[in-house]
Amino acid sequence: MEVADKTTFKWDSKIPTGPLTEKWKTHKNNVKLVNPSNKRKYNILVVGTGLAGASAAASLGELGYNVKAFCIQDSARRAHSIAAQGGINAAKNYQNDGDSIWRLFYDTIKGGDYRAREANVYRLAEVSNNIIDQCVAQGVPFAREYGGTLDNRSFGGAQVSRTFYARGQTGQQLLLGAYSALMKMVHSGKVEVRTREEMLDLVTVDGTAKGIISRNLVTGKIERHAADAVLLCTGGYGNVFYLSTNAKNSNVTAAWRCYRKGALFANPSFTQIHPTCIPVSGEYQSKLTLMSESLRNDGRVWVPKAQGDKRHPNEIPEEERDYYLERIYPSFGNLVPRDVASRNAKNVCDEGRGVGESGLAVYLDFADAIKRDGEKAIRDRYGNLFEMYQKITDENPYEVPMRIYPAVHYTMGGLWVDYNLMTTVPGLFALGEANFSDHGANRLGASALMQGLADGYFVIPYTIGNYLTEVTPGEVDTTHKAFDEAEQSITAEIEKVLNIKGSKTILDFHRQLGKIMWDKVGMSRDEQGLKEAIEEISALRKEFWSDVFVPGQPATYNKYLEYALRVADFLELGELMARDALDRPESCGGHFREESKTPEGEAKRDDENYTHVSAWEFTGVDKAPVHHREPLIFENVKLTQRSYK
Amino acid sequence: MSNKDIISVNLKVWRQDGPNDKGRFEDYSLKEVNTHMSFLEMLDVLNENLMKEQKQPVEFDHDCREGICGSCNLVINGIPHGPEARTAACQLHMRHFNDGDTITIEPWRATAFPVIKDLVVDRNAFDRIMAAGGYVTVATGNAPDANAIPISKIDADSAMDYAVCIGCGACVAACPNSSASLFTGAKVAQLSKLPQGAPERKQRVKAMVEQMDKEGFGDCSNFAECEAVCPVGISITSIATMRTEYVKAMFS
Repeated sequence: MEVADKTTFKWDSKIPTGPLTEKWKTHKNNVKLVNPSNKRKYNILVVGTGLAGASAAASLGELGYNVKAFCIQDSARRAHSIAAQGGINAAKNYQNDGDSIWRLFYDTIKGGDYRAREANVYRLAEVSNNIIDQCVAQGVPFAREYGGTLDNRSFGGAQVSRTFYARGQTGQQLLLGAYSALMKMVHSGKVEVRTREEMLDLVTVDGTAKGIISRNLVTGKIERHAADAVLLCTGGYGNVFYLSTNAKNSNVTAAWRCYRKGALFANPSFTQIHPTCIPVSGEYQSKLTLMSESLRNDGRVWVPKAQGDKRHPNEIPEEERDYYLERIYPSFGNLVPRDVASRNAKNVCDEGRGVGESGLAVYLDFADAIKRDGEKAIRDRYGNLFEMYQKITDENPYEVPMRIYPAVHYTMGGLWVDYNLMTTVPGLFALGEANFSDHGANRLGASALMQGLADGYFVIPYTIGNYLTEVTPGEVDTTHKAFDEAEQSITAEIEKVLNIKGSKTILDFHRQLGKIMWDKVGMSRDEQGLKEAIEEISALRKEFWSDVFVPGQPATYNKYLEYALRVADFLELGELMARDALDRPESCGGHFREESKTPEGEAKRDDENYTHVSAWEFTGVDKAPVHHREPLIFENVKLTQRSYK
Repeated sequence: MSNKDIISVNLKVWRQDGPNDKGRFEDYSLKEVNTHMSFLEMLDVLNENLMKEQKQPVEFDHDCREGICGSCNLVINGIPHGPEARTAACQLHMRHFNDGDTITIEPWRATAFPVIKDLVVDRNAFDRIMAAGGYVTVATGNAPDANAIPISKIDADSAMDYAVCIGCGACVAACPNSSASLFTGAKVAQLSKLPQGAPERKQRVKAMVEQMDKEGFGDCSNFAECEAVCPVGISITSIATMRTEYVKAMFS
C-alpha cells in the first residue's frame, strides 16, 4: 500500500475564538453557505448507516445534496447503534434538578478524564436538546409520565436525571427514527442507499478525498464511487479484541484504509471496557452481551470475602460478602463510572475471589431491591434485561444473583478530526464513534447516542458547507487514474488473501489477536506487556499472510472473505493501539498503566506531560508510525483528580 | 463442565449456490456440542470444521447476536427462529436440543425474499415498504420542544409495543401466504397511536399497503402464524389497525 504524500503535519483544530459558550453560535454565523441551486451539484458519500451515518445522510439529502449511503448489512436499519440499551443524555432539565448545558458539558469532560477538547464537548452538550426534539417529532416513543411529558432517569453515575429512554431499546428506537428519515429521502430520490456494499479504500487525488472503492458483497464486484466529500460513519473497532459487545460485522476496515491514505488516527488505545456484561462461558464464545448499566441503580455488586469460595451465592451469609464498590467508594457506591467499576471487578478476580465456573465474574444482586420495592417494580424496570440474561445463562436473576464481568464495549479513539469534523485528509469527515473527539479517555453512559446524532443532525450539515464552497463540484470522476490504482490494489489484495490457502482459519488468528489485546492492551497495561504485544502482533500478522485459509472465490457472496480482510486490518490496528498505550505512561480514564497509580491504586493522570491528544501518522506496514501531539487547552474547567470516594 | 452439557447433533442444512441454483439439503454431523452454545455458535463450529477440511462454509446472515438487529433468519425444524417462543435464532441456545437430534435448517422462503446464497436471502422489499411511507415528514431542525405535545403514557407505551419490530421477516416466513402484514401493520399502528403521525396517516397506510402488494407479498388470512413466531411479540392487532386505517383512508 502506497504511503500518502503527506510528510509534514501542521495542527489546526479550527476551534473558533471567543468565549466557550459562544463558539458554536459564532461559528454557525460565520460558516460559508452553499447556494441552494448549487447544492444539487455536489455528491457526498456517507459510509455507514448507524446513528451518525443515517442522520447525516438524511439531513444532507434534505438540504439538497446528492447523497449515496453505504452499509455492509442487508438493510440500513441493522447498524449496531440498534443494540444500545440504556438511553440518551440531554440537558433539558425537565426534572428541575439543576441540570444545564454547562453541567452536561462539565460531567462529560470530567468523565473523559480531561482528555477531550472543551469546545467540541460544549457544542455536544449544546445541541443535545435539539436531538430530543427531533427524535420526538419523528415519532420515537420515548418513555413518558402519566401526565404525558417525557420521563427521565439517572444513568451511569450522573447526579441529575437527564437520560431519555425507550424501555431497554433506546438505540433501536433512535436508529429507526433516523432510518425512517433516511428512507423518506430515498423515496424523494435525494439519497441512494447501497446495502451489502463495503468500502475497501479511500480514493484521494492530490491528497484530497474524491471517492471510494467498495465491494458489492452479493456479487463480489469491485465498484468505484466519485464524490466531492466522503463522510466516514463506520463506528468503533472494539472487535480488535475478538470478544466484545460489538456486532460480529463491526470492523475498522473503512477507517483503517483512511488512516493508510493519510488521515491521522487519534488516541487508538482509548477503549471502554463496560463493567456489566454476561461472562464468557467457553472457547466457542462468539460475542459478549451487555447488560445495561442502569442495572447498577438497583443491583449491588459483591464477591465472597474469602478466596475460592465455591458455595452457591444464596448460601453465603451477608457478613461473608464483600460489597467492594460500596466499601471502597462510599459516596458513589455501585454507581461509579464504567472504568472504575471494571477495574475493581478485575482486581477482585485477580485476588482469586471471582465467582462462577471460570472465576472471572462478580455478582450483581437484586435481592435487596426486590425486598425493598417488590419483584413487580424490578420487573417493570428491567424485565427485558432479566429475560435476556435468563435466555443466555439459563439462570433466573430474580432468584440467583446475576454474574457479570467487564467486556470491551466502545472505542473513544478514532480518526482525528478538527472542529468541523474533517480529518487531516481534506474532504474526508468522520462522525460518531468513528472519530475521537468528544469522550476523551472514558465515555459516560448514554453519551454515545447523543454524539452520533449530534454529529449527523446538527454539526455536519453546517460545517460541510465551509469545505464544499472551496471545491468545484464533480472535479474528479471514476475514470481518474487514482481510481484505477486503488481498484487494482484492492483486487490484488483479495487475490492474495484467497491464494494463501494456509492451514489456519481466520477465526484462529482473530482469537489469538484478541487474547494478546485483552491480556496486554486491555484493562490494565504496563510497559513490558505492551512491548511484548507489539512483537507478538507483528509476528501474528506475518503468520496470517502466510498461513491463513480463506474459502471461496472473489466474485461471489463470501462472508469469510469479508471477514479475512477485516481481520487483516485488525492485525495492523492492534499494534498501533499497543504503541499508543506505550507512549502514554500516565493512567487516564479507561487507559490504566500499572506504573501510574495513586497509593490507593486508583488511576493517576500526569497533566503536566500528557494533556494532549496522540495522533498517529501512517508511514507503511511494519514501519513505526509518526507520533503527533495536539495539546489540550483548558480555559474553562479546572483539572482535578476524579474522586468517587 | 459435566457430560450432560455435551451433545451430538445431525444437521440437514439448505445449500444453494445462488439465486438461480435449485438448491438441496446437505447432511452434517457435529459431535461435542456444548449446550451453552448459541445456535449460531454451533453453526460457527460447523463452518470452522468445514474450512479445516478446505470445504465451503455455510453462508448465513447474522450481526448483533443479541436479538435486536434482525439479521438472522433461520427456519429451524420448520419454525422461523426455531422452537423457543419470543426468541430470535441468535438467542436460541443448544440446551433446547437433545443428544442425537436431527435439526433441519432452511432460509426464509418467500417470493419477495429471493435466496442469495445458502441461508442468506434478500429482504430489501422491507426497506421499500418503509420508504413508501413508514415515517413522519419532519426535516432536521424543524422540531418543536419535545414536551410541547403531551402524549398519554398509555398511547406512548402502546406505540412502543409496535415500534420494537426488528424487521427480521419471520412473520413472512411463517405465513402460508407470505404476507408482510405484521411488519407493515406494526409501523402503521405505531404511528397511528401518536399525534406526530396524524397529518400523514391516510397517505401513509395507502402507500405502504400498495408497496407491500407490489413486492409480491400475499394477503393476510388471519392465520396468526406471524404473531406466534415473532421474536419480539408484535401483536396481530397491528394488522387489524392497519386494515381499519386503510379502509378509513380509502373512504374519506
